[in-house]
Amino acid sequence: MTRSMSRARLSRRGFVVGSAAAGGGLALGFHVPFLSEAAAQKAADVASQGAEVNAWVFIKPNDDVIVRIARSEMGQGTWTGLAQLVAEELECDWGKVKAEYPTPGQNLLRKRVWGDMSTGGSRGIRTSHDYVRRGGAAARVMLMQAAAERWKVPVGDLVVAKGVVAHPPTKRSISYGKLAAAAAKLTPPDEKAIKLKDPKDWKIAGKGLKRLDTAEKLNGRQIYGSDLKLPGMLNAAIKANPVFGGKLKSFEEAKVKAMPGVKHVVKVGDNAVAVVADTWWHAKTALDKLPIEWDAGPYAGVTSAAIAAQLKEGLTSSTGVFTLQKVGDVPAAITGAAKKVEAEYSHPFLNHATMETMNCTAKWTADKCEVWVPTQNGDASLAATAAASGLKPEQCEVYKIHLGGGFGRRGFQDYTTQAVQIARQIPGVPIKLMWSREEDMLHCRFHPVTQARLTGALDANGDLTALQFRISGQSILASVRPEGLQKGMDPVVFQGLHEKADAPFGTFGYTIPNLLIDHAMRNTHVPPGFWRGVNHNQNAIYLECFMDELAHAAGKDPLEFRRKLMAKHPKHLAVLNAAAAKADYGKPLPAGVHRGICQHMGFGSYCAGVAEVSVTNGKVKVHRLVIAVDSGHVVNPDQVAAQIEGSVAYGLGAAFYQESTVKGGRMVEENFDTFESLRIDAMPKVESVLVPSGGFWGGIGEPTITVAAPAVLNAIFAATGKRVRNLPLKNTKLA
Amino acid sequence: MAKLNINGKVTDVKVEDDTPLLWVIREQVGLTGTKYGCGIAQCGACTVHLNGEPVRSCAMTVGSIKASDRIVTIEGLSPTTTHPVQLAWAELDVPQCGYCQSGQIMAAAALLKKKPQPTDKDIDEAMSNICRCGTYQRIRAGIHLASKKLAAGSSIGRKSRA
Repeated sequence: MTRSMSRARLSRRGFVVGSAAAGGGLALGFHVPFLSEAAAQKAADVASQGAEVNAWVFIKPNDDVIVRIARSEMGQGTWTGLAQLVAEELECDWGKVKAEYPTPGQNLLRKRVWGDMSTGGSRGIRTSHDYVRRGGAAARVMLMQAAAERWKVPVGDLVVAKGVVAHPPTKRSISYGKLAAAAAKLTPPDEKAIKLKDPKDWKIAGKGLKRLDTAEKLNGRQIYGSDLKLPGMLNAAIKANPVFGGKLKSFEEAKVKAMPGVKHVVKVGDNAVAVVADTWWHAKTALDKLPIEWDAGPYAGVTSAAIAAQLKEGLTSSTGVFTLQKVGDVPAAITGAAKKVEAEYSHPFLNHATMETMNCTAKWTADKCEVWVPTQNGDASLAATAAASGLKPEQCEVYKIHLGGGFGRRGFQDYTTQAVQIARQIPGVPIKLMWSREEDMLHCRFHPVTQARLTGALDANGDLTALQFRISGQSILASVRPEGLQKGMDPVVFQGLHEKADAPFGTFGYTIPNLLIDHAMRNTHVPPGFWRGVNHNQNAIYLECFMDELAHAAGKDPLEFRRKLMAKHPKHLAVLNAAAAKADYGKPLPAGVHRGICQHMGFGSYCAGVAEVSVTNGKVKVHRLVIAVDSGHVVNPDQVAAQIEGSVAYGLGAAFYQESTVKGGRMVEENFDTFESLRIDAMPKVESVLVPSGGFWGGIGEPTITVAAPAVLNAIFAATGKRVRNLPLKNTKLA
Repeated sequence: MAKLNINGKVTDVKVEDDTPLLWVIREQVGLTGTKYGCGIAQCGACTVHLNGEPVRSCAMTVGSIKASDRIVTIEGLSPTTTHPVQLAWAELDVPQCGYCQSGQIMAAAALLKKKPQPTDKDIDEAMSNICRCGTYQRIRAGIHLASKKLAAGSSIGRKSRA
């Protein structure tokens, strides 16, 4: 396929949906609902002027540079960070940079030229920094070559800055906008042979530049999936059987068919029913009145208490157990210990509770299916669309929209599947499916439930000689991606506890002479999924709170106790020291304020936290939280700080208040009244300490969430003498 | 049938009286900057101004609105996105996903109208909107910054409608 053809196809997407303001100059960024079809087509024609130098870089005659972003923007700032990396190597004018999503259908057609679209595991930048920079660099090489050919001068005599190529000997200069068409016709250079800039020479990357997506988020112009309006579109509200594994038996369409606005009542899959109406409010109102008979299925009697008992058995069981690390002789060391410390911890199911509920708009015809969807994984959305539509992937297309929150939830495509299943029953009509908050709270891939039993042995000097760490509970991979299991073991269960420094799932930061870390896999009928920080969250709580218990049992300072075990883990230790230094660890605090400290490594980054907490009449106040992180490189320090701040709110909200509990095989909590979030009054002052040591690329969306809760829980112990071992904190009385 | 004054423009809407104002604004009037988050007045994503007061439009029926009531949504806060709160939000890059920010900005604008120099405690009490991305630290800083802009007598601030 030629570039111009691909461009035309890309532009079609812009004709239908775009999130930025009309006339903003984006190739794809305008929004048809406010334009007539003719006006939209005209805008599309204007917008498509320019040239695609390569897959990553499209340049317009007015020198606007449009950078293609394959990953999804859900608030984490990757839209801006990835554009900074491309722009850095491209040597363009940052003030003229805009960004757009290529479509998953185009990615398929063009042999995955944009690589992986999946946006999770804090991988947005850390696994694509190399090829996106090479994309920017290759475009620069082509633009400079085009100038050299135009002027018939050696390319080595040219210089480039801010999107202008100059030939100093003849004082000529020309901008990228005038070179792009010629550059696009050149043979691309070997990207692998291009030498990338040393990060110390960065001018655009590494700087705390403003986000590219802020303006529309200040005045209501940002179009989210739930705001989408297509010509002729109908709205759908849905109810799936709240009991996991249950089915839909029947519903009485006649009872609601005459209600205002109602057009259709349809079965969706084998477990759900949707009302389709002129407006979503009409659809939802009718759905609430619709008599539905459910087949509750085999799990209707399951409760949280039953699941807890199942996990508790796993804490001491020898069946279904997978061992991650076994060093020395733990039982012997524990038997011979001067002091033995034991504790059991637990962590609940959690819903992601994105601010924007799940939604997807789909249009199905016999030979084509298109969806518009806020998704963390465009490729998976395309696969789900193809599967549900009965069409080939080549007949389907997915238009990505900025997400109103993701946190791992929108990597799963159940809602995309449902939208297509509905649209397929109403051919030719765009259907916007939006979940109510209640539906969103009941149907999720929940943060898995686990318990842990930890046993530590201290010698006469108070040094740790052995640690036994048993996790009992759900495996995400066993449910989501069983092919990822390693001889039955789920390596993701052990996030942050792996031995090797290059382990993809996070490295343990201590050297303990006798060590046993294992997992009793105890799966439940509740579908588990990836929730910001995933298993690092509770593993860090279990390990770092227990380290605190050990330090206190040994009569040692928790920081000193850790330092002694971390000599062989210099990166972990350096970050812990950085946090301690910034927090003035060891210096006196105001009366009633107490410190807690912790460290953890995950998603390629090393983190540490120091919390300052007071507890008055049982009420916890977190005054200050210092969080240090070594992510290797930092692409945008201001956005790294934003992710640290946000991760604290997300992590502490869960630790303080949140649990999805099971009764009758379904979740009990249906809205924010019973599933409380952290609000501004409980938000501590967060101080971010960035200590990038270079040489590696760590993530930033998730890593620091792991140290927020343990630091606070350890400070609560310092303040009250009470150990909070069962999350959330609201279930423990501190007064 | 209801007559609504939204952002200074009077609109006739044909809708059942018990329809929440939120859904009238979004689906009848077509202003989608005001968001649905919970439907039970918990999260504040649907915050608009009713006669200058911040209200949760998801829990207010259109039948309870009088023709003389003035409703302002995020789209009507400032025709040029230059309300001091918006300027402060831009300066500090407050939004992450941005979905709750219309509500946050409307709540902050209403707070500053009542208390041009709010304390942290005032902010804690007035800003009960949920942000799942956790932009609270910047929201707090943004309100203080907007307050400074107001105090400096920003001409831009005076132009804004709210």
